[in-house]
Amino acid sequence: MRRWRYFGYRLVFALPVVFGILVLNFFLIQLAPGDAASVLAGESGAASPEYTALLREKFGLDRPLLEQFLAYIANALQFNLGYSFRNDSPVFELILARLGPTLLLMLTAFGAALGLGTALGVLAAVARNSWRDALISVITLVCYATPVFWLGLMLIVVFSVNLNWLPTSGFENIAEGYEGWERWVDIGRHLVMPGTALGLFYLALYTRVMRASMLEQTGMDYVVTARAKGQTEGRIVFGHMLRNAFLPVLTMAGVQAGNLIGGSVVVETVFGWPGLGTLAFNALQSRDLNLLLGIFFMSACLVVLINLAVELLTITLDPRIQA
Amino acid sequence: MRAAMQRFARNRMAVLGALVIGGVVVLTVTAPLLYPAGAFTLAGPPLQPPGARFLLGTDALGRDVAAGVVQGARTSLLIGLSAALSAVLFGSLIGALAGYYRGAVDIVLMRLTEFFQTIPAFLLAMLLVVIMSPSVLSVIIAISAVSWPGIARLVRGEFVALGGREFVLASIGLGASGPRIIFRHLLPNCVSSIIAIGSLLVASAILLESGLAFLGLGDPNVMSWGLLISAGRVTLRSAWWVCTFPGIAILLTVLSINLIGDGLNEALNPRLRER
Repeated sequence: MRRWRYFGYRLVFALPVVFGILVLNFFLIQLAPGDAASVLAGESGAASPEYTALLREKFGLDRPLLEQFLAYIANALQFNLGYSFRNDSPVFELILARLGPTLLLMLTAFGAALGLGTALGVLAAVARNSWRDALISVITLVCYATPVFWLGLMLIVVFSVNLNWLPTSGFENIAEGYEGWERWVDIGRHLVMPGTALGLFYLALYTRVMRASMLEQTGMDYVVTARAKGQTEGRIVFGHMLRNAFLPVLTMAGVQAGNLIGGSVVVETVFGWPGLGTLAFNALQSRDLNLLLGIFFMSACLVVLINLAVELLTITLDPRIQA
Repeated sequence: MRAAMQRFARNRMAVLGALVIGGVVVLTVTAPLLYPAGAFTLAGPPLQPPGARFLLGTDALGRDVAAGVVQGARTSLLIGLSAALSAVLFGSLIGALAGYYRGAVDIVLMRLTEFFQTIPAFLLAMLLVVIMSPSVLSVIIAISAVSWPGIARLVRGEFVALGGREFVLASIGLGASGPRIIFRHLLPNCVSSIIAIGSLLVASAILLESGLAFLGLGDPNVMSWGLLISAGRVTLRSAWWVCTFPGIAILLTVLSINLIGDGLNEALNPRLRER
């Protein structure tokens, strides 16, 4: 019960973050050269100062800053993130339509990196200072230094252009008209390379943290006790140490959630994955600031949600955590 | 300090990293001699594969890829170093204020730090560059704006740990002012940790810069590795070399800086050494 109170406490804690992002967004709008009225006036061709002033009045841009700020917050809380004139559609609808593919990509890469990273970290720690450990640390060092977009391009060169195994871009092959199970296999084939490109960096990160965390556990009293009791190494590692050592990895995963979204912007651009990242890239090309700010707000909210999920997982794994 | 240097020199991987970075620095310094025409000029026929005349081939506009890689090194190092340095200065200041004054100052500053750690860093950097319009300076500002939280938390932690030590209490007893204690007594004690983490920041700043440049948010008048890769993307199918070599340059540079950072961390903080 007390754990749930702790979770509720974290939930309340998340609200100021969301509010903070809105403040930051509003600040960024003010920082940008020109305002919405001048952009609109510019797009309509010839614009007299009177017309611009009229637009300003219509959108409330001539009112005091505080009033504008309150209006902005009120709108955002109703998920009204403004209008994208380039796409001729409300920002929130545009984002909602792209959320699914991004979530699929992120969660696949995240899950695979977490699972494999934990496994590799355990393997490296158990076989410490052996050739296996050395090999794993070389691989993680290289993955850790590889730019994700370049990795994506290299995967395309090898697996699509030369070997012709996987599709270069897109979410699915609509022309084939797959349905049901076959459609998911097709999407899966499209997901392999973006998922790998996005996930490898985090795989390296989690492997490093897991290895260090496992080594930290080896000297603990409970491990010595288990060994003295005559338990097998396998049971000591998987029955006792794994769960304890996994907690720092989970914490790290929560901290890195924000970077995962940044990475997916770049990866989606490389693979033409129809998610938030591609939307952000297009908004970038047309300097559609409203849409960019909306994407920033929504992905920050997504990070807050992921953090809460990680928190929930942590208190489930470690009953000692209490408010 | 000498002992630390010796510990660093014994770390073979770190020395290897230092050698590679030394090589990159030599390349950037000799770039005007190696490629006096610069990276933007037409050097030969387009899309030449790597060979004797063009070591790393040419791109779709007939520009020498090798010249681009060499020129790009300067941009990457310049932006990486200055962004990391300003992030370190700003982060240290925030961390020092929070860790020294504690109380309300601490709470407010640490909430702010956590906030900046939570929000998607790359997206914020993108937004900042778009708003300030792409230039070397705006890229540096954007990268440091998203890189400082780690340093702030580190410095705050060290300050809190050092806060109750005798030499600090003695300074307070002697009537030293707050800034004097912070800058003369506490910060010098954190320098080794700051250097170790700060050197890793250079690596992540270079990665961030290449990502921004790849999305077209670099300074359009300055050659960079990210820009080269994004230009080579169009001809990826027919000319793999245009994208490949700048990427290898990023990989090697970032890897070497990480190795140096790990080496520095072990050499300067021997107590924290992994078992």
